[in-house]
Amino acid sequence: MSTVLKKTRSLEDTKLHYCPGCSHGIVHRLVCEVIDEMEMREQTVGIAPVGCSVFLDAYFDFDIIQAAHGRAPAVATGVKRALPENLVFTYQGDGDLASIGMSEMVHAAARGERITIIFINNTNYGMTGGQMAPTTLEQQVTTTTPAGRDTRLAGFPIQVPELLSSLPGAVYLSRVSAHNPKNINKAKKSIRKAFQAQMDGLGFSLVEILSTCPTNWRMNPVQSIQWLEENMMEIYPLGELKSVEGVS
Amino acid sequence: MSRVLMKGNDAIGAGAIAANCRYYYGYPITPQNEIGEYMSSEMPKVGGVFIQAESEVAAINMVYGTSATGARVMTSSSGPGISLKMEGISYIAAAELPCVIVNIMRGGPGLGNIAPSQSDYFQATKGGGHGDYRLIVLAPSSVQEIYDFTRQAFYLADKYRIPAIILGDGFLGQMMEVVELADSAKDDEYARIPEKPWAITGCKGREKNIVNTLLIEPDTLEKHNWKLKDKYQQIAENEKRADLYRVDDAEILVAAFGISARISKEAVDMARDEGIKVGLIRPITLWPFPDHVFKNLDSVKGILTVEMNTGQMIEDVRLSVEGKIPVEFYGRTGGNLPDSTAIFEEIKRMGGM
Repeated sequence: MSTVLKKTRSLEDTKLHYCPGCSHGIVHRLVCEVIDEMEMREQTVGIAPVGCSVFLDAYFDFDIIQAAHGRAPAVATGVKRALPENLVFTYQGDGDLASIGMSEMVHAAARGERITIIFINNTNYGMTGGQMAPTTLEQQVTTTTPAGRDTRLAGFPIQVPELLSSLPGAVYLSRVSAHNPKNINKAKKSIRKAFQAQMDGLGFSLVEILSTCPTNWRMNPVQSIQWLEENMMEIYPLGELKSVEGVS
Repeated sequence: MSRVLMKGNDAIGAGAIAANCRYYYGYPITPQNEIGEYMSSEMPKVGGVFIQAESEVAAINMVYGTSATGARVMTSSSGPGISLKMEGISYIAAAELPCVIVNIMRGGPGLGNIAPSQSDYFQATKGGGHGDYRLIVLAPSSVQEIYDFTRQAFYLADKYRIPAIILGDGFLGQMMEVVELADSAKDDEYARIPEKPWAITGCKGREKNIVNTLLIEPDTLEKHNWKLKDKYQQIAENEKRADLYRVDDAEILVAAFGISARISKEAVDMARDEGIKVGLIRPITLWPFPDHVFKNLDSVKGILTVEMNTGQMIEDVRLSVEGKIPVEFYGRTGGNLPDSTAIFEEIKRMGGM
């Protein structure tokens, strides 16, 4: 008899606090499966953001530092420079990464820091109750764009991997989605590539993961998957935006 | 032990490296730029890391990350940059991580100017960032003390798991004096890094470690805050320091820190030459404030606080004397120095001369 599936060692055996239909649980598991497969659990340091995933330390069974809002890439830089042999990643949402933490993200990429950012894009600030994020779609209703995001007043959604792609320090930039099995498998492969690029010393890597937020989108989980497919994927096309030679 | 002529800002870098600090993150701001420049050339020689960060905010968060790994780490800045670091300092204090932060004070508020000042006393000693925390604050008054206090700051930071601040000013940063350097071959308690079982290093062979400042349950956060308070109490009991000069028979006391104390010392000597019984109290730890040296001053009729601001440390002096002695103030701001003859005139006036 062969084992086809086993418990993910890096993932704590505990209940998640996330809402039904939220993508965080899937992405947590993907990250932990990759760490297990790379046999890196005991050499991994995760940096938690401010937002729904602030409680990472409750779910990941390895060393965790919780950072101030948006500052995770700077904290990760401080960790990686002191522990160059360790796998160091941040796990950040769209508000944390692309709004308040834009500067720390861009400059970590510009320096080519050997860190990986796992970027959850669900087009809103989840934890604070669904306000507009830098990734909120045009005309999307949030609690701070009650009439829909008006680009004349509130600007346009930010495409993060595209924004970083001109920086030589960024060696692997991809956008994947966690909304169905086929894409979840692809997401896992992408996370593996990003971590491997870091451990091979190539430079900065980032994986954006399109994610659902049924609670703040005011939808049920099935509707939210449809909404992601029909609306997000047009503005946020999937694929490897950048993968330099040597990334595998 | 070797003696070298050294600029104050360079002495901070030399002191840090002598204390086995191997990580420095900073952002350019006058009048402390020599610190970063020194680190950029000296850190690689000892296998250390220098990063010119994209902002003060990033620099202090790099400090947070490196400190969490257990390594000795420092950042430096001046007033406006220290304001930006305050978010990170609050997190580092909350997470009980050790590090050294240098503020070579310049004129404020706002962009102020690049001339020397002591106007960040409140910011350093009363908080500055959000929440209920304290920092150890050391105030040197010479280049030698800058070198020595920087080394001691790392020791104290590790001992109590707390950020320590070196609070200097633009004069101290820019002046050159002879410094006796520590003998690197000698066993040096300031250079010894203690075991840090709490450090984030990867969980090989142990349970995971967590560095976290979110304590969502009120009872948990309250417990943590009282634990911090107990630690601050312990520091206050053990680490208060002040330098006393000609105080034994004094009827008037001058209270001043840093460069102001050095100038005040000259004024005290001038007044003593005139027969005025005057002495100087120079707080070295601004937090914990050395209130004990302001007790039982039965012969003292008045205290003159001299600062390069509009009156900040004077509040701690007043708290220390508990209303028993009148406390007056003489200060200059904007980058101007309190002149020793002007302080002497104040002393004479208080002495009824």
